[in-house]
Amino acid sequence: MNRPLALHLLVIAALAAAFFVLPDYHSGNLARIMVLAVYAMGYNLAFGYTGLLSLGHALFFAAGMYGLALSMQHLSLTAIPALMVALIASALVAGITGALALRTRGVAFMIVTLMFAQAGYLTALYFVQYTRGDEGFVLPQAVRQIAGVDLSSAMGRYFAALILFSVTLLIIGALVRAPFGRTLIAIRENEARATMLGYDVQRRKWLALVASGTISGMAGAAYALLFGYAGASFAAVPYSIFPLLYVLLGGAGTTLGPLVGAVFMFYLIDLSSGVTDAYMLVAGVVLVLLTLFLPQGLLGTLRKRWVPWLP
Amino acid sequence: MAAVILKTRGLTKTYAGVQANTDIDFDLPEGQIRALIGPNGAGKTTFVGMLCGRIPVTRGKVIFDGRDISALPAHKRIALGIAYTFQITSVFAGLSVHENIALAARRAGGNAARVTETLERVGLADRAGQTAGDLSYGHQRILEIGMGLAQSPRLFILDEPTQGLAESEVAAFKTLITGLKNTTILLIEHNMSVVMETADYITVLDQGMTLAEGTPDAIRANRAVRAAYLGTADA
Repeated sequence: MNRPLALHLLVIAALAAAFFVLPDYHSGNLARIMVLAVYAMGYNLAFGYTGLLSLGHALFFAAGMYGLALSMQHLSLTAIPALMVALIASALVAGITGALALRTRGVAFMIVTLMFAQAGYLTALYFVQYTRGDEGFVLPQAVRQIAGVDLSSAMGRYFAALILFSVTLLIIGALVRAPFGRTLIAIRENEARATMLGYDVQRRKWLALVASGTISGMAGAAYALLFGYAGASFAAVPYSIFPLLYVLLGGAGTTLGPLVGAVFMFYLIDLSSGVTDAYMLVAGVVLVLLTLFLPQGLLGTLRKRWVPWLP
Repeated sequence: MAAVILKTRGLTKTYAGVQANTDIDFDLPEGQIRALIGPNGAGKTTFVGMLCGRIPVTRGKVIFDGRDISALPAHKRIALGIAYTFQITSVFAGLSVHENIALAARRAGGNAARVTETLERVGLADRAGQTAGDLSYGHQRILEIGMGLAQSPRLFILDEPTQGLAESEVAAFKTLITGLKNTTILLIEHNMSVVMETADYITVLDQGMTLAEGTPDAIRANRAVRAAYLGTADA
């Protein structure tokens, strides 16, 4: 077995064990963090591996969240079919957004994706009779189950999040080592050269964005299913920025960076808010320091200095 | 005479009213090593840019292996068997030397053996694990040539490949390209020793137009070429 795969399995095993070791409060946090990490892993595929700096991934997160929550709420679907709807909805939204936004690059791409996400946010507000806008709506506990497992229970929720996290991690781990993933890295490194080696760069960027958006959408759907709530605030700008922060902190283009970044950021805010009301100031200062002194993020720096095989 | 692998008819490029290339008719027989020479600004890079699709044509046709490829995007032209090295070195600086070559070989259907073979052929086998961006300038140029070779191209377009190479590296380059089988080569080059020793035939561009074509000896003797480019010191 190769080292990256072994590391991924080790992390998964450690997370599984953590549920039984950690106090309830922290295992509850960790369930949420794993879902957010899946979101960031999706984002990392576009940004960290392909070099597509999107500022609009909340659109995909929300497409999955609403795909699941609206179809459960209004069409009375059960969890599995609703997850399918979420998958299709986010893939479709990412496909269309990508086809248009990828006609631009660099700063223009950032702005176009930001605008698409704003349009998505406003759409959620516009259809207030279905989405209940910013206020959102709650998914009743009775429907939040798969095959008899109650996803609103601490254990059901934790292991559902862990399964989603594990599947995503293993898929991404394999993808970025496969020829397709390595071509994405080549595009990030030097797009002109990749084109002049005969790669259809445009098509690969689109495929990467669709995969990225779909994974982000699955995170959104899982968030609604596990925590029982869907609201328009998840489609707003902050939710486009969070995965970028997680990925930058943890290390762009590393498979485990999104998890590390999400843990770090979550507990940074959690701990500093226990000390002071100005917790966002603390978070801000730490972020600035990290960006200044560890521009490649925690795992990116680790890989560069000490562990070159780190996936 | 061998079949013509590449031909252009009336190939023209205009940049905001300035004619970079004007009505170039060009025929390249299969298997030939052709040098493209001319003073700076003669339109050599623009010309090969239009051949491989990096630069959109203003008008005219590019025909590769009997097929009109004028409307094809660059990556599709490359996929037909054209390889291109940039005038300004362009490698994947953050990736290993091995990965650079592998990316080139894989797209062209090459396997691990071709990667190893290419690394040895260009003399970078012992640096395969290094990050490409950490290589010396000369080695990066050689890496880029290796990325071209790894594609086993039918037509290999090289834009000033020996620029900035040490004398010994230039000599190795000459041996390398004259030893290639089944590959037609179009070489933009300023180094006259490379041109005269490797090229079967030479095309001279001046002010965006074909000034002369002929064997190295004929070009050396051509008065117009000497006036425009080679200068009297070259004789």
